[in-house]
Amino acid sequence: MQVNGEFQPTIVAFCCNWCSYAGADLSGTNRLQYPANVKIIRIPCSCRLNPLFILRAFQRGADGVILCGCHPGDCHYTTGNYYARRRMTLLFSMLDYLGIEKERTRVEWVSAAEGGKFAATMNDFVAAVTKLGPNRRLEDLRCSKD
Amino acid sequence: MQQGLKEKAIQLLKDKTVDRVVGWKAGEFFYDLTPAVFHTPEEIEKDFVFSVFSGANLSKYLIAESRKGGKVAAFLKPCDTYSFQQLLKEHRILRENVYVVGVQCDGTCDIEKIKAAGCDGVTAVREEGDGLVAETLYGEHRMSKKDALLDRCAVCKSHKLVVYDELLGEQGEEQDAGRFAEVEKLERMTPEERYSFWRGELSRCIRCNACRNVCPACSCEKCIFDNPDSGARNKAAADSFEENMFHIIRAFHVASRCTDCGECSRVCPQHIPLHLLNRKFIKDIDELYGEYQAGADMDTKPPLMDFTKGDADPSVVYERGGDKA
Repeated sequence: MQVNGEFQPTIVAFCCNWCSYAGADLSGTNRLQYPANVKIIRIPCSCRLNPLFILRAFQRGADGVILCGCHPGDCHYTTGNYYARRRMTLLFSMLDYLGIEKERTRVEWVSAAEGGKFAATMNDFVAAVTKLGPNRRLEDLRCSKD
Repeated sequence: MQQGLKEKAIQLLKDKTVDRVVGWKAGEFFYDLTPAVFHTPEEIEKDFVFSVFSGANLSKYLIAESRKGGKVAAFLKPCDTYSFQQLLKEHRILRENVYVVGVQCDGTCDIEKIKAAGCDGVTAVREEGDGLVAETLYGEHRMSKKDALLDRCAVCKSHKLVVYDELLGEQGEEQDAGRFAEVEKLERMTPEERYSFWRGELSRCIRCNACRNVCPACSCEKCIFDNPDSGARNKAAADSFEENMFHIIRAFHVASRCTDCGECSRVCPQHIPLHLLNRKFIKDIDELYGEYQAGADMDTKPPLMDFTKGDADPSVVYERGGDKA
């Protein structure tokens, strides 16, 4: 999205209900700032993230997608994030293989107590995606608003 | 070889070991072999064909055939037995209703390659020693079989039949013919080069779904690509996103269960090298989670249905090769 002639990325953050979503809440109550580009979608567990959700986000105009889940070992459902970790590793590797910028996708483990880490992660990710520019390789022109 | 298979099929039908036989018969052209179910010895005698074009993997047909009642015999080549065992592992085939005749194979051929070698009007192809003889309207044409092999057979991963009730020919060994060389070549390119390579390939996709329909690992009864609510049930892709999406999701859905039988590329009417997507997943799994060959045994878990506490973080992708951006 262009705002005053400057590129403002749209970031979709998939956050686990049990940790990162609460982490985002904590960073809010702590008055920590992170960019408004980040749109949070709550999911019940990081392993709920179907690879199609990521592609769909890119299709509908996201410039970057980040998945935040519980630290390995801390999953509310014991093992969900271990599965998510393998899946996302392979998916990101495949995106890279197809020539799609791998910096547009990321996984971070953020616990409910890490409000600071959540804000820092989002600041960092938004900066990285801003540098990359708009998502062109995985966009759907029919959904383009530019 | 064909005679041996025919005799075996007739014998199995005559002594009532099985009620049906799954094999191959000629389609519109002699090289255009299609899977077929035979019920009587007469049908076998008339139509059954086994030749260098018997590439079709018959294991997927056994999902339906094993549930129709009665017993069914199938001729499986080494790579087909991997798919068969993978399907057994997923409880998709009723093993007790299937009689597997393992057939040793030294590669199946691609008619396009034979035509490209300058043979017009091919009327028959036969094997002679190590070579192939293509009979054409304009005389005979000799060529080495190696030059006519399907891409997947040129880098055959195994001559070993992992499951069978009876074996025709010799048991073989696993081998390393460098099937990841092409993937490595792509990995060494810059992301821009890779992107334009895949655009060139995937933009030819006509969404015929042949790759999905033929794939032994794609055996869900309800497929996301048929579901109107998934948003993925498109016909011909409307733009580049849909091409990418279909192929990423197709490959991802079979990741860690794909035995690398190469059927997807063989049937693709647009000649898209789809096996390169599947192989990338296999290579990544081998590198990150330890060597794994789907269908090689009945006990191990597919890597995506398993985990260890020490698995690499997804950020490993940022550090690995191929990032000369």
